[in-house]
Amino acid sequence: MKRLFAMVKARMLEVARDRLVLIWNLLFAPLLMVGMALVFSASPQTVAKVGVLGEAPLSAETYPFLGTPAVQFYRETTPEEGILKVERQSIDLLLDLRSQPARYWLNDDSAKGRLLQQLLVAGDSRAQAQPVSGEKLRYADWLVPGLLALNIMLSSLFAVGHVIVRYRKSGYLKRLKGTPLRAVEFVGAQMIACLILVVVITAAMFTACNAMLGLRMEGNYLNLLLVATLGSMSMIAMSLLVAARVASEELSGGLLNLIAWPMLVLSGVFFSLDGAPSVVQALAALLPLTHMLDAGRAVMLDGAGLLDIAPDLLALCAMTALFLALGAWLFRWTQD
Amino acid sequence: MATVLSVRDLRKHYPKVKAVDGVSFELEEGRCLGLLGPNGAGKSTTIEMLEGLVEPSSGEILYRGRPLDARYRQRVGMQFQATALQDFLTVRENLELFHALYERTLPLEQLISACHLEDFLDRDHRKLSGGQRQRLLLAIALVNDPDLVFLDEPTTGLDPQARRNFWELVQAVKARGTTVVLTTHYMEEAYLLSDDIAIMDHGQVIARGTPQSLLAEHFNDSVLELPAVEIEGRQIDLPLVRKDDRVEILSADVNGALRKLLDAGLSLAQLKIRPRTLEDLFIQLTGKELRA
Repeated sequence: MKRLFAMVKARMLEVARDRLVLIWNLLFAPLLMVGMALVFSASPQTVAKVGVLGEAPLSAETYPFLGTPAVQFYRETTPEEGILKVERQSIDLLLDLRSQPARYWLNDDSAKGRLLQQLLVAGDSRAQAQPVSGEKLRYADWLVPGLLALNIMLSSLFAVGHVIVRYRKSGYLKRLKGTPLRAVEFVGAQMIACLILVVVITAAMFTACNAMLGLRMEGNYLNLLLVATLGSMSMIAMSLLVAARVASEELSGGLLNLIAWPMLVLSGVFFSLDGAPSVVQALAALLPLTHMLDAGRAVMLDGAGLLDIAPDLLALCAMTALFLALGAWLFRWTQD
Repeated sequence: MATVLSVRDLRKHYPKVKAVDGVSFELEEGRCLGLLGPNGAGKSTTIEMLEGLVEPSSGEILYRGRPLDARYRQRVGMQFQATALQDFLTVRENLELFHALYERTLPLEQLISACHLEDFLDRDHRKLSGGQRQRLLLAIALVNDPDLVFLDEPTTGLDPQARRNFWELVQAVKARGTTVVLTTHYMEEAYLLSDDIAIMDHGQVIARGTPQSLLAEHFNDSVLELPAVEIEGRQIDLPLVRKDDRVEILSADVNGALRKLLDAGLSLAQLKIRPRTLEDLFIQLTGKELRA
């Protein structure tokens, strides 16, 4: 343990004294987050979105309303999820084509919902309205968890991966290999140091955003901390896997970007994946960012408890274990 | 004296090169072995295998009769040609870091005093001069009070004064009874610090012995040096070797050689007479200049 703590302390000192890293983490990322949250809050999505329950094809032949232009229709999996989205106005209407006559849910406070209702009833006068109510979910409330997760992902991936590659390239790992320090102690120390920094910085960012934007927080802060910790661990483990043997910062940078960008696009940081092709959604389920983000949003926006987010937490744990095992197996102190 | 290190038929073969090709030797406690050789001779690969950093292709390395294991890492110290440390850490923090990695250690203050680090303990290690840095790296190599220390070209790039200061530190390490393996490009350093010399070329040890015994074994002559302009145009019955602007005369009979030079009417005002050195031996055995 003495060796582990010595390595953690050394790494923390290195980060604390690296002004560029500090500026990046403490200023740039939160400013970006606040800026984006404000920008996106000011210009909400213009296309109306309708969830559809049922297996029938989403075409006008199935039901005339489905041919309405400028409206995005997507298949919703369960009525409960769809109704929750209508309540939050993250979708404008939920349509159930499994019953005859068709049923639909709309939020009384949603102007777009009422407009869509007019269009729907014009084509099917028998359709039954199921009014719901609920406060509109601001885009900022939805976006901020994504940006926090994005920051966790980038910090975890690049802080650890790049550092290990730099240590290997400079010969520092070779020097450490000549000491009694074991690989598991070194890797563990990097993981702990990074985890502490990421969690502290993310907590600071959350606090700052909350103070400026008044974030929605329905769930338990400890659950959110657990999600952030497990999510960060899975990213760090992934980063360790990438850095296990590479001795070129250029190559590691490329590989980390290769991992980061698909996650950025596919995990729903900026836009919901509702309505995305099933292949894309299946692919997204393989990415740790998706699980961290789904669990984080569930805690923050839905007040989800541990049981509700257990599948995502288990997925994160499994990915962490897999990446760590592979990383430890592949790890080399020096270039071969 | 107990044998600290036994090396038997050590080999390291890469796909296109035999870096080390059958090195064997034993190193006794408290001795300093100087490992010499031209660039590419296999010194660094050998020392890295001895340090446990590189896996041999074949052969055996025994530390006090046992294969290298976790205990070995606790008992050895090492200083590379270019040792990297963690950025942004001060001299003291680097010492504390390595101090924490070992079970048995020297008190930090003793180490700081022995390596003369007191004046820049709170300085970022990247801001040290070459000599200061090497002293820090030596202190790190000694932090675990090792039985055996590897010093791989520790004074390369240092100015003469810093080099001499470093030699004094290594002499003090030897005086504590620590066994040392040293590689160097400086013959004076090897002669001064080494109890035994092993000269390597093409991955093999081609000569081994004390500096004195090696010189006695290979040479029975001395070197007379004169400016080349003194000799030009004269017939002298001696074997002459032209080296740039000077001429070397190798002779076992110095008195006889001097008589012949006087008979030839040469001025001996700028004559230098010196015994054979390790550098002469090195060049004779390897056919290469040391820093080639």
